[in-house]
Amino acid sequence: VDVATTFKVQELQARYIQALDDDRLEDWPNFFTDTCRYIVTTADNLAQGMPLGMIYATSRAMLRDRVRSLRDANVYEAQRYRHMIAPPVIAPGEGGVVRAQTSFMVVRIMHTGETMMFVTGRYDDRIVLEGPDAPRFVEKTVVLDSRVIDTLLAIPI
Amino acid sequence: VTMVSPGRQWPAEGVTRVPYWVYSDRDLFDDEQERVFRGPTWNFLCLDAELPKPNTYRTSAIGAMPVVVTRDNDGKLNAFENRCAHRGSLLCINERGEARDIVCVYHNWSYDLAGNLTAVAFRKGMGGKGGMPADARPDENPPRKLKVETLCGLVFGTLDPNAPPLEAYLGPEIVKGIRRVMRAPVRVLGSYSQMLQSNWKLYMENVKDSYHASLLHTFFTTFRLNRLTQKGGLVISESGGNHISYSLAADTGGKEYEQAGMRAAQEGFGLEAPQVLNHVDEYGDGVGLQILSVFPTFVLQQTRNSLAVRRLVTHGLEKTELVWTIFGFTDDDEAMTERRLQQANLIGPAGYISMEDGAAPGFVQRGVNTAADILSVVEMGGRGIKSDDTRVTEASVRGFWTFYRSQMGF
Repeated sequence: VDVATTFKVQELQARYIQALDDDRLEDWPNFFTDTCRYIVTTADNLAQGMPLGMIYATSRAMLRDRVRSLRDANVYEAQRYRHMIAPPVIAPGEGGVVRAQTSFMVVRIMHTGETMMFVTGRYDDRIVLEGPDAPRFVEKTVVLDSRVIDTLLAIPI
Repeated sequence: VTMVSPGRQWPAEGVTRVPYWVYSDRDLFDDEQERVFRGPTWNFLCLDAELPKPNTYRTSAIGAMPVVVTRDNDGKLNAFENRCAHRGSLLCINERGEARDIVCVYHNWSYDLAGNLTAVAFRKGMGGKGGMPADARPDENPPRKLKVETLCGLVFGTLDPNAPPLEAYLGPEIVKGIRRVMRAPVRVLGSYSQMLQSNWKLYMENVKDSYHASLLHTFFTTFRLNRLTQKGGLVISESGGNHISYSLAADTGGKEYEQAGMRAAQEGFGLEAPQVLNHVDEYGDGVGLQILSVFPTFVLQQTRNSLAVRRLVTHGLEKTELVWTIFGFTDDDEAMTERRLQQANLIGPAGYISMEDGAAPGFVQRGVNTAADILSVVEMGGRGIKSDDTRVTEASVRGFWTFYRSQMGF
């Protein structure tokens, strides 16, 4: 994988976590293609071949619905995330799509000031790099290392 | 019955009042472990389908007590305390696995899959030295065994040999509600946990509280999944400890919410991708929601085609793990499995409906920690614990406290 590809993937990841950490949730679906898959699961479910997700979206429209629900319907205490990501490990794919695996840590900061290590894991991504709207995620599987979530998972990872 | 937690007395008004010390009294937490979890109650351990083959085990819990559930070589289910007879170490340190016998990692004491001690390493010493005295009884304090009963693939256990048979404990209406949901052999789709920053009873009250559903969960209400105007009702077992809350999938209309100006009713709120709500009536009875609970800590949930069992592990006075296992059936086709996965967006820690249930018990815990001697008023729907055709009631919460008091001797 060449330097230009690596740079594009890193740039996409950096802008993705920045949108979430800056509470620009309305921008979040725009990091995905129309027919994307976004699934938050656990390493344990994956290891057992179980398909369940905590969040299971099969289109960008579903991501927009989730944002609207978080903004208008769901009740949860004000909170922010701070994502830290490692450099992605990238493998070439077909048709201008690459695979990238990126480790992350997410710290959750509550409105009370309470700051905790919230989740760790890896992004298993398929990213389209070429085309008018590229780069975007075709598929993002968020694999959480732990199967336990403290209280609730409101903001996407 | 002897009094537990000296100095604590239930209010004279009965179960229409709940004293806030029940959520913050350390001694009470310990008493509950003995009287509720190790008492004559039936505790959900796991799904039968989680032990699909002979010679397998998985770990579970009764309250705070770690438990091992096994399927032995003959296919029989057993359960026993996860504690070695020797020094008390955990016997199984993994969540699940295959095993013909259980060997304690610490000193290699061995057990069969029924929890009987079968071998003590170096029992006779080595080379005539060491070992145990000939009259020693290494199995003097064996892991406690549970009585196990299975109903429609749900595995329950009790530590009290005098507990009533499972079906009698549940009551006929609850048995019927379980049989309804568990219509075929189970296929597990996955699991996860939520750590609740609250006492276990606050979560169980939340489950039994049909009054809050349309008020706290605005996603539910907005999409007419659970308006209180929908036909539905509440079934409470004779003991008070077990309940079913249900509603029909079809909306009967009504403008009560709008007229009340409640935030739940947001006109014109629609989904771009409504497939998370598309369900098929797999039971053929029009019931779109059935929440069933069994005292102390079991929940069986049907939210449309999203099916789950939930159980609690009481890690501490204010720390409770909510373990979810989401399932379908072995006869599901691909479309049904996909439907269940889509509708799982409604439940769990990130669930459109249930995410608030992870937080609400914690809100109460934080509110009442400094209000031990103040009482909560629980009078929605009157003062009784009878089944009803409305869900604007706290009758099953009163049922919970009725049964709780009988177990605790309050």
